[in-house]
Amino acid sequence: MIEGAAWRKWVFVNIPIILFVFVLLFPFYWMVITTVRPDAELYRPWNAPNYNPFWTWQPTLEHIQYLLEETLFGTWMLNTMIIALTSTVISLVCGVFAGYALARLNFPFAGSLGTGIFVTYLVPQTLLFIPLSDIIRNFRLGDSPWALILTYPTFLIPFCTWLMMGYFKAIPKELEECARIDGASRFKAMLYIILPIAVPGILSAGIFAFTLSWNEFIYALVFLASPEQKTVPVGVTSELIRGDVFFWGPLMAGALLGSIPVALVYSFFVEHYVAGMTGAVKG
Amino acid sequence: MAQVLIRNLNKMYDEVHAVKDVNLEIRDKEFMVFVGPSGCGKTTTLRMIAGLETINSGQILIGDTVVNDLPPMDRDIAMVFQNYALYPHMTVYDNMAFGLKMRKFEKAEIRRRVQDAAEILDIQHYLNRKPRQLSGGQRQRVALGRAIVRHPQVFLFDEPLSNLDAKLRVQMRAELKKLHVRLGTTAVYVTHDQVEAMTLGDRVVVMRDGWVQQVGEPLELYHQPANRFVAGFLGSPAMNFATMRVSAEQGDELWVAGDGLRLQVPAYLADRIGPYAGKALTLGIRPEDLRLATDGDPPGSVFEAVVELVEQLGSETLLDTRAGRETIVAAVEATSRIRMRDRLQLAANPNRLHFFDTATETAV
Amino acid sequence: MSATTTTAPSVGLRRAPRGRLSMLFEDERWLAMALLFPTMVLLGLFIAYPFVTGVLLSMSSARVGMPGEFVGMANFAKLWNDPIFARAVYNTFLYTIVTTILKLGLGLWLAVLLNRHFRGKAFVRAFILLPFIIPTVLSTFAWKWMFDPTFSVLNWTFRTLGLIDTRINWLGDPDLAMLSIVVVNVWRGVPFYAISLLAGLQTISPDLHEAAAIDGARPWARFWHITWPLLLPVTMVVVLFSVIQTFADFQLVYVLTGGGPANATHLFATYAYQIAIGTGLLSEGAAISLAMFPVLFLVVIVQLLYIRRVETR
Repeated sequence: MIEGAAWRKWVFVNIPIILFVFVLLFPFYWMVITTVRPDAELYRPWNAPNYNPFWTWQPTLEHIQYLLEETLFGTWMLNTMIIALTSTVISLVCGVFAGYALARLNFPFAGSLGTGIFVTYLVPQTLLFIPLSDIIRNFRLGDSPWALILTYPTFLIPFCTWLMMGYFKAIPKELEECARIDGASRFKAMLYIILPIAVPGILSAGIFAFTLSWNEFIYALVFLASPEQKTVPVGVTSELIRGDVFFWGPLMAGALLGSIPVALVYSFFVEHYVAGMTGAVKG
Repeated sequence: MAQVLIRNLNKMYDEVHAVKDVNLEIRDKEFMVFVGPSGCGKTTTLRMIAGLETINSGQILIGDTVVNDLPPMDRDIAMVFQNYALYPHMTVYDNMAFGLKMRKFEKAEIRRRVQDAAEILDIQHYLNRKPRQLSGGQRQRVALGRAIVRHPQVFLFDEPLSNLDAKLRVQMRAELKKLHVRLGTTAVYVTHDQVEAMTLGDRVVVMRDGWVQQVGEPLELYHQPANRFVAGFLGSPAMNFATMRVSAEQGDELWVAGDGLRLQVPAYLADRIGPYAGKALTLGIRPEDLRLATDGDPPGSVFEAVVELVEQLGSETLLDTRAGRETIVAAVEATSRIRMRDRLQLAANPNRLHFFDTATETAV
Repeated sequence: MSATTTTAPSVGLRRAPRGRLSMLFEDERWLAMALLFPTMVLLGLFIAYPFVTGVLLSMSSARVGMPGEFVGMANFAKLWNDPIFARAVYNTFLYTIVTTILKLGLGLWLAVLLNRHFRGKAFVRAFILLPFIIPTVLSTFAWKWMFDPTFSVLNWTFRTLGLIDTRINWLGDPDLAMLSIVVVNVWRGVPFYAISLLAGLQTISPDLHEAAAIDGARPWARFWHITWPLLLPVTMVVVLFSVIQTFADFQLVYVLTGGGPANATHLFATYAYQIAIGTGLLSEGAAISLAMFPVLFLVVIVQLLYIRRVETR
C-alpha cells in the first residue's frame, strides 16, 4: 500500500473497519443474547431505568427448550435439510452437465440456450409464485417437500451452470482431446478427466446452492400448508407468533438455531463459498 | 502396414480456407515432419488425422481404413501435445495406463506395458508422482510414454518441444530420433522450427497458407527448393534474395545484374535462365555459400560489399553487408578479422545459385 | 534413455467395447442435447410454463376456487387506478434505487478497506459475509426485535446517549418504516457488494497504483482514474444481480412490516401476496407480479448490451 503517517491508517482504515464489523455483526450478537436471556429481562421497556440490555447474568436455556419441545422446530430443520440437500444435488447435476455442454461442445443454438438460461433470472420467484402455486396443486405436489425440491432448482441451476462454465473454460482443451485419443468416449472423458479437475468448482457451486436453498421463503410459504411440512424460515415466521404476540425468546432461539447449519457449512468452506460467489460475478 | 494417405483434403473454418487440397502419402515407419509458419494449416491437418477436427472434403486413410468418420478413439493413433496434456489429478502410472484401461486391457498387461515404456524413457522412478511434481522435460517423457504404451499405428506430435528451454529441446530432439529408430512406428510431426524439421524428418512437408509448398527429404528441400518460400524458410541464417535483371552478353554468357550486384550465370543453368533474358528474376544465395573472395575466384562470381554488422558466433562469423541497395548476409570463417565499414570482395559459389520467377516465385 | 529390448509392434487395433448408443453420443450435438435435457425440462416446466400461465391468469378474473374467464387488460386497468398499487410502485423504485446507491458506496468503501493489510484481515473477511449468508427471514427477525416499539435496543441506546426523549417508532411511522427497510436491506447487501468488489479489486495489479502515485496522483484521483474504470465490469454484474433481487424483494418487507403501516411499505411482491393469497384475488395478484416484468426486462437488456460492448472492445 502507499504509505502515509500511522495516524492516517487508524482514522481511515482501522476505525472504519471496526465500525463496519460492529454494525454487520451486532444483530447476531443480539440474537444470541436474546436467546439466553430470561423473559423477565427481555421484556423491559426501552426507557426503563437501570438495566443493561447487552448482557445477562442469568443465562437460560428455557427459550431453546421451548423451541425444541413445544414447537415442531426439529421437524422443520429436518425438512429444510432434506429439501436443501436434494435440490442442491439435482441442481449440481443439471448445472454441471449444462455448464459442460455450453462451455465445451459445439452445437446449434448454443448461444441462445446459454442466453435462455441467463434470462430465467429475469423471472424471480415473486413473479411466478402465483401461477406456480396453481401448477403445484395440479401436479398434486402441494404441501409436500417435492413442491420445493422440484422448484428450487429453477433458481439454483442457472447459477450452477454459469459457475461451472467458468471453471470448465479454464481447463485446457488438450486434456479431453488426449483422453479421446487414448480411447475414452466424449462422455467418459468428461467424467474421468474433466469432472475430477473441476471439483473445487463443484464444491463452490454446491455450497452456494445449499445456502440459497435455505434462504428461500416465498415458495415455501405459499406451497406448504401443514405445520409438519414447513421449513425453518416459514415455521419460525408463522408458528412462533400468536395473533399479535411475538414470543421473542423462542423466536430468536429459532433464528439462531436456524442459522447454524448454514453458518457451519459456510465456515468450513469459506474459500469455496467466496470463490463461488465471486466466480459468478466475474463471469 | 501403417501408412497414412491424405487425398484432396480440405478444411474450412467459416470464411477461412485453412487446408487447401492436400495430397500426401506418408509411408509406413516414416517420420514425416510438417513445417511452416503459424496459420499455414499444419496443425489443422494433424488434427484432422487425429479426428479432432471434422473434414470438409477429401479422405484420410490410416493403414487401409478410411478414417473420416471414425472418432479419435477408434483410429489407433496416439498424440503428444505441445502442453503435454497430462491428467493433473492422476499419477504418472495412471496417466500412462489410462488409454489401456479405457480399452479394457488386463491389469497385468497394463503393468507390463507401462513398465516397458517407463524404462525406455527412463522415468520408471516417477511412476507414483503427480505431474505437478515433475520438470518440463520429465513431463514430456510421460506424455511420450502415454503414447508409446498403446502401441498405435501412428504417432502424432503437435509441436511437442516448443515449451522446453533451448538446451532441453536439443537433447529431446536427439532422443526422439533415437526413439523413432527403435520403435519404427509411423510418425507425423508438426513444428514451426525448421531445425527440427531438418534433423528429425525422413521427409518434410512445407506448408503455407493451407497449401503444400514442397514435399521431400530434408536435404532435397534444402538444396533444391521448389519456390522462394521454401528456400527462405529452411536454413538459418536465411537465404539472401535479390531482384536481378537477366542480360545476354558477348558470346553465350548470361549475366544477372541488380543494384550493386553483378554475377555470371553458370553454364549448367543457361537453358533455364535463357528465356528470361531482358526480364527480371529473383536471385537466391545462402549465406554459407558466400565467402571472402580470393585471387583464384572467377570474376563472374565476385562482387563488392560494405560490412554493416559483424556477428561472431565462434564457429563462424556472420557479416551483414550492403552491396549497392541490396543487403546480403554472408557466413564466413571465424578466423577472418573484419570490422564494420570494411569494404571487401565476396565470392558466390556458382554451383549454389538459386533463381526464382519474380511473379510466381517458383524455382527456375 | 536406457538400452533395453525393442517393444513389440502394434498388436492390432483393440477397440473399447461399446454399443450403438454410445456411438450416438460421440456426436457433439446429441451429447449436448442429452446433457442439457434435464435442465431444459425443469426450467421449461417450472419457469416457462408458469410464466405463460401467469400472463393468462393476469388477464382472467380467477379467484381462489373459481377459474374465472378472460377479461383482457381489465385487471391492469384496475391497478392503474389503485392508489395502493401506485404507492407500491413508488416504494419499490425508491427502495431499489436508494439501497443500490448505498450498497454500492458502502460496499466499495469496505472493499477498498479490505484490500489492505491489517491484523485480523482473514477473520474479518470471513465474518462480514454473515449477514448475506444467514437466511434473510431469520436475520430480519433480529432487526424487527431491535426495532420493536416498546423494547427496541436502538431506542435504549439513543436514549442513554441522550439523543432522544420520545421513542422512535421505527416500524410504525410510514416514513420511518421505509427508512427501516432500507437500513436492513443495505445491512444485508453490503457484504455481498464488498466481497464481490474486493475480488474485482484484487485483479487490478498494484503496479498500476504505484505508477500513478509516482506520476503524482493523489488517492482520490488514483481511485477515479484507475481503480473505478477497471472495476466497472464487476460492478455492473453485481449491480445487476442486486437490482433484480431488490426490485423483486419479498421476505424482508413481509417480516418487518407486512407492507404496513397502512400500506406504506408495500412493494410489488408483498402487495401481490396480499391480494392473491391474503384476499384470494388470484388474477389481480398475478397482474401485480407481472407488472414487475417490464422493468426487470429493461434492466437485463441494458446489462446484456453493456457486456456485449465490453467483450467486443
